[in-house]
Amino acid sequence: MSQMTAVNDQGGFWSFLRSQLRPRGKILTPFNVISVPIILLGLGILVVRFTKGLGSVTNLSQEYPWGFWIGFDVVTGVAFAGGAYTITFAVYIMRMEKYHPIVRATVLNGLLAYVFYAGALALDLGRPWNIINPIIGNDFGFNSVLFLVSWHFLLYMLTELLEFSPVVAEWLGARRARRILSSLTLAAVIFGVTLSSLHQSGLGALYLMAKPKIHPLWYSEFIPIFFLVSSIFAGLSMIIFEGTISHRVFKDQIDPKKHGSFDDIVIGLAKGAAIAMFVYYFFRSLIFLHDKQWTLVRGGWGAWYLLEIIGLVLIPCFMYAYGVRHRHIGIIRVASILTLLGIVMNRLNISVIAYNWNAAVRYYPSWQEIVVTMMVVSAEIWVFRWIVFRMPVLREAHELPSEKQEKTVRPPVAASL
Amino acid sequence: MNRRDFLKVSGVAGMALTGTGARGSEGSSPSLEFYGVLVDTTRCIGCRACEKACATEHGFPVPDTANDAALEKPRKTSETAWTVVNRYDTTRGEVFVKTQCMHCWQPACTAACLTNAMHKTPEGPVIWRSSKCMGCRFCMVSCPFDMPKFEYHEWNPKIQKCNLCFDRLQEGKKPACVGACPTDALMFGMKRDLMEIARVRIYNHPERYTHKIYGEHEVGGTGWLYLSAVPFEELGFRTDLGTTPYPEYTRDFLYGVPLVLFGLPALLYGLNQMSGSDNED
Repeated sequence: MSQMTAVNDQGGFWSFLRSQLRPRGKILTPFNVISVPIILLGLGILVVRFTKGLGSVTNLSQEYPWGFWIGFDVVTGVAFAGGAYTITFAVYIMRMEKYHPIVRATVLNGLLAYVFYAGALALDLGRPWNIINPIIGNDFGFNSVLFLVSWHFLLYMLTELLEFSPVVAEWLGARRARRILSSLTLAAVIFGVTLSSLHQSGLGALYLMAKPKIHPLWYSEFIPIFFLVSSIFAGLSMIIFEGTISHRVFKDQIDPKKHGSFDDIVIGLAKGAAIAMFVYYFFRSLIFLHDKQWTLVRGGWGAWYLLEIIGLVLIPCFMYAYGVRHRHIGIIRVASILTLLGIVMNRLNISVIAYNWNAAVRYYPSWQEIVVTMMVVSAEIWVFRWIVFRMPVLREAHELPSEKQEKTVRPPVAASL
Repeated sequence: MNRRDFLKVSGVAGMALTGTGARGSEGSSPSLEFYGVLVDTTRCIGCRACEKACATEHGFPVPDTANDAALEKPRKTSETAWTVVNRYDTTRGEVFVKTQCMHCWQPACTAACLTNAMHKTPEGPVIWRSSKCMGCRFCMVSCPFDMPKFEYHEWNPKIQKCNLCFDRLQEGKKPACVGACPTDALMFGMKRDLMEIARVRIYNHPERYTHKIYGEHEVGGTGWLYLSAVPFEELGFRTDLGTTPYPEYTRDFLYGVPLVLFGLPALLYGLNQMSGSDNED
């Protein structure tokens, strides 16, 4: 475990930073052995991509302008990051203290997901040096859903950074900054939840004008609402899945008391996910019946649709409900994996698989596209790990919170000063 | 303390407004008078002089029009060919159809573009402006006719599509393809006038034409209009695109944004205050 050092002056800060940048723990872990070559290979691919054009490493075409990098990295990745707004809503708006222990890890996950997965968007841009145009007003495309989404990505990243900043302040031992930053948390959360609800649905709204291209089983004018509702249970499932892994990998970071309470948290999250999934399933069924899509269910596309909606929404929904009722953590974990697969399938269906479904030449991601995606995921895990080992994300009780507590309870960082 | 919290929240909400007002002026009241081209496919002989003129005008590789091998199967426009002529074997024999950007009245691509790089000029042409484009390709996803093409093998790629010879138009000249057409299959003019001419031709020769002008209402109306002897399905046209202008599909969503942007924070702050058990003041 790291020892906190006081940061008094500039020199102290730099030596502190240097000590923090030094690697901790074993170097030759299985994850390192796998991820380092992937990251190096990915960087090599990116050099080719930025010198020879997107076509040199991707299978993108005039028929498939958006492929795996958008469909998986951005559209799916952002749905997975939905946990941050759901949990901050529960803890800071509804004051559900039960979920307080997972707030920091969830917000960190959300922040990194946006930085890396939405950041992966820049890799897909043909002219990335113009990425600042919609920000600086060259021009403001007010009529564009993508304009909304890009602004919201930017603002939401800043909001998440603000939500996470008290942890950084604790790490640096900056007590006053921490107090100021945590006093901004409620405003940041309110703003963050609002932005999230708009850009989660906005990602779906991107596909509204692709009406003639998306298979009718997946196209609906309600795609934005589907995306919003599914981001709730995607995010909750991601917390369950990721939390299960974190609790193994970072177990010495966690207060033993928290191991027990984590099961309660998981059951609570599963309850929320089950309800959101049932609403989602019900709404999609309603659209299905209303649009009289019976005839479309025959054949391969119909089977694929049923696999998604029954196999990877309704079934994990029931599994969650069963797990909650019988306090069966194992079945909840399996349900979370199925749910995440269902989200991957849904987002890829809309963005890639059922997009231009009757095209003569189908799109499949090239190996380079997959390696770069793995690179992005690996890099995110590296940063996550670096932060968790250094900042008080999982470890220590952190009473963030109301000013009242602030006055009486010494912030944990004070103890280590 | 409560008042301070409130001010913080409202300040943040105000910031959001400046960044993300959903309504804009561009495209909301497009001009009703604009240039277009009428294509009479019954007059087209498939000489591809238009392809040649287009390539010459815009500096693309000039196609070999002496060789008809290119007509063997339908082609699409590409990043080096803004227009192509295709041959279809129909119930009334061989028919040639020129394709290019349709220059919609309310284009999906301009509504998609987050930097207004795709721009509907008041004169009619939909043009692409390189200094604004970030290469996101959302225009390609949105265009119902799949017209914007992307240079996948350039480090500094451009979006390529017909611009209705916007530069020539400003010099008072016709588009290059129209000038090159030897059979008057292409006619340049105001859409309103072209519609009248098209109707007159159908009226005078009801047996020669199928009684529909493609582009009159499709996706809200397009600058390019087509006359045909056979149903348009036989000529590879999509007739299932509807008559709704494509920006309409996202308009409702965008109009909902200010509602959420201001309604939701109010609700959230209210919920937060309601859920508090402590009464400090």
